Amino acid sequence: MLNDNTDPIELKTLQDQFNLGQKGLSGNDTQEFFVNMGPQHPSTHGVLRLVLKMDGENVKKVIPVLGYIHRGIEKMSEYIGARQIVPLTDRMDYLSAMSNNWGISRAVELAMGVETNSRIETIRTLMAELQRMQSHMLWWGVLGLDLGAVTTFFYGFRDREFLTELMEKTTGSRLTMNYIQPGGLMFDIHEDFVKDVKAFLKYFKPKLEEYEILLSGNVILQNRLRGVGVLSSDDALSFSCTGPTLRASGVPLDLRKTEKYGVYDQVEFDVPVGEVGDCWDRYWVRLEEIKQSMHIIEQLIDDIPEGKFTTLKPAKKLKIPAGTTYSQVETPRGSLGTFIQGDGTAIPYRLHFRTPNFNNLWAITKLGPGGKLADLVATLSTLDLVIPDIDR
Amino acid sequence: MNANWSLSNLTERINMSSVFVEQLMWVAVGLIGVVTFISLLALVLVYAERKICAHIQCRLGPMRVGWHGILQTLADGIKLFLKEDIIPDEADRLLYFLAPFFCLVATLLSLLVIPLSPQVQIIDVNIGVIYLGAVSGFGILGVIMAGWGSNNKWSALGAMRAGAQMVSYEISTTLSLLVIVLFVGSLQLSEIVLSQQEGWWIWRAHGVGVLAFILLLISSVAELNRTPFDLAEGESELTAGFHTEYSGVRFSFFFLAEFINMFILAAMMSTFFLGGWMPFHIGQLTAFNAAMDLIPPAIWFIGKTSVMIFVFMWIRWTFPRLRVDQLMKLEWQVLMPLGFVNLFLAAIVVLTNFYFFA
Repeated sequence: MLNDNTDPIELKTLQDQFNLGQKGLSGNDTQEFFVNMGPQHPSTHGVLRLVLKMDGENVKKVIPVLGYIHRGIEKMSEYIGARQIVPLTDRMDYLSAMSNNWGISRAVELAMGVETNSRIETIRTLMAELQRMQSHMLWWGVLGLDLGAVTTFFYGFRDREFLTELMEKTTGSRLTMNYIQPGGLMFDIHEDFVKDVKAFLKYFKPKLEEYEILLSGNVILQNRLRGVGVLSSDDALSFSCTGPTLRASGVPLDLRKTEKYGVYDQVEFDVPVGEVGDCWDRYWVRLEEIKQSMHIIEQLIDDIPEGKFTTLKPAKKLKIPAGTTYSQVETPRGSLGTFIQGDGTAIPYRLHFRTPNFNNLWAITKLGPGGKLADLVATLSTLDLVIPDIDR
Repeated sequence: MNANWSLSNLTERINMSSVFVEQLMWVAVGLIGVVTFISLLALVLVYAERKICAHIQCRLGPMRVGWHGILQTLADGIKLFLKEDIIPDEADRLLYFLAPFFCLVATLLSLLVIPLSPQVQIIDVNIGVIYLGAVSGFGILGVIMAGWGSNNKWSALGAMRAGAQMVSYEISTTLSLLVIVLFVGSLQLSEIVLSQQEGWWIWRAHGVGVLAFILLLISSVAELNRTPFDLAEGESELTAGFHTEYSGVRFSFFFLAEFINMFILAAMMSTFFLGGWMPFHIGQLTAFNAAMDLIPPAIWFIGKTSVMIFVFMWIRWTFPRLRVDQLMKLEWQVLMPLGFVNLFLAAIVVLTNFYFFA
């Protein structure tokens, strides 16, 4: 809270930044004030801090303040080998551990020129798509929670649990999977995997309709989301947004189509694209993506090719040759870029992650002002931020 | 009323045989009764809310403390009473202390006039409807005081929202209650119940009643600060709104007031529209009507109120929340004009004596 005890330097900076008078009088009858949304706030989904300049209910300015969950993953990665970096990436975007593992694994594979077989790629694709659905389910539940509909949260989590258990069977963990490794996978899939996935698809299809009945058609939800937080395609591109946030603004960029990775070139799927770029489009795009992921899984699950589950020996040291490599994969939240610079040793000289949430976050500085506080919450929720991914 | 004998004996014995003392004693007994009643009621309502919301959300709810978690609310209550009472340093202490009492007293005062059965009504005020409207304003004051006194910006925002919202929706509430007042020709709650001997106002009032009932349902949810109108608390927006800074016993007062308010509004809806403690009768079916009469009036009242409470809970756990401007728009541009038109139509119906029954 900015009050008399606020650090004078901080207060001075803020006053300069916003041309605010000593007492914050805007010259009108109303008094503008600052309020801290976070780092402990129910709808910032973690330790994100937004300093809001408010005029009553109206948001005038949004300043994201980062660094509350900075673990120094990139710096730590300069002291450990590639295999040890993989579990660290689980902790970045904790809702898409598979895609994160895949990002670093792919970068290392590209740098070292490691070939994988089609079984590995198919399982990776399946896992990434399952995780995408899992992540979107949680997002859907939390969106409802942010808009005041608590029940959606439990619906989302109920169905997500099915997937979590399914993946736990194969990977041994529920959140931080540490499954996709450079050169292959940690383990082969569990013998029940195919059966479970089919059971899940059968279970989930009617549940998805339930989602639409419970929330999508609700007139209050429509009023809360339509025309709120409109992100134009130009703005989305200039903020370097990716993933569903960008696609909802009408830019059909999906790395699964443009990058050659996994077995996405062998399956058919559409890239849902929004028109307006408002919260509703982001909502719709994500729900459509769940359907497309189901479609992808249906095509792959019946014939997973035979083969080894890893092409590198577990004990082999991963020496990253000198030079730079950049690889990107499409996580549920957007493009995860991994920049890796090697110097011929097993430890990368420099590693950088271009995480989707970091760039998506800054759209809030454009979308927040001008709306009500409740709109800000809805917009934050549809941007689908995972805070540890912003800070790393 | 049957307790009068003991009270008069007592007053004679202590040699103060004035009517005033007797009435004072009667009010004291009534208040003690009400306090016991609301404590029990809150336990039941909180348990019901937790179970109903759990089943809507595909969970079981409290299951561990007692049979099917039946003692969970009691345990939670004890926990709340044992908790440290934290007062913010910069709080406006007077307002901060008074606010929870205002909320609770408002509900207590409202409860006094509700006719629970023909025998049980603490005070039968002859201007009951006006009394209810006046007393519920007390609760709004409590909320605003809490928000302002906490000296927290989130709380202040919540209080501003609550003030605007509850004052606005009071209008629709009153407008829909006035419809029934027009039909009955009395402001006394017992009269209103008795007037429904022939049929409940919800259908006897000829369409006007249904609309008034729906208006009252919507505005009651808004007055209760429950989803979809829970902007004053708005957990995901304002952390907890006006009671962010409250803990322990003081918080439990708000909590209690919220649940008792729910009971009161449900009771009002059943009193005004669903016949209060009147049994359900169908025209000339004497056998059926006689069978219905066998059920005691208190059970009828509790049954109807429970149905309304269930509706409130059902709404709460299935809807998202409105935005603050949409909320105001709904009241001033939709509900209030509708309420006025409805009142006008009701006046025509009353003047032309155009009833379905009797």
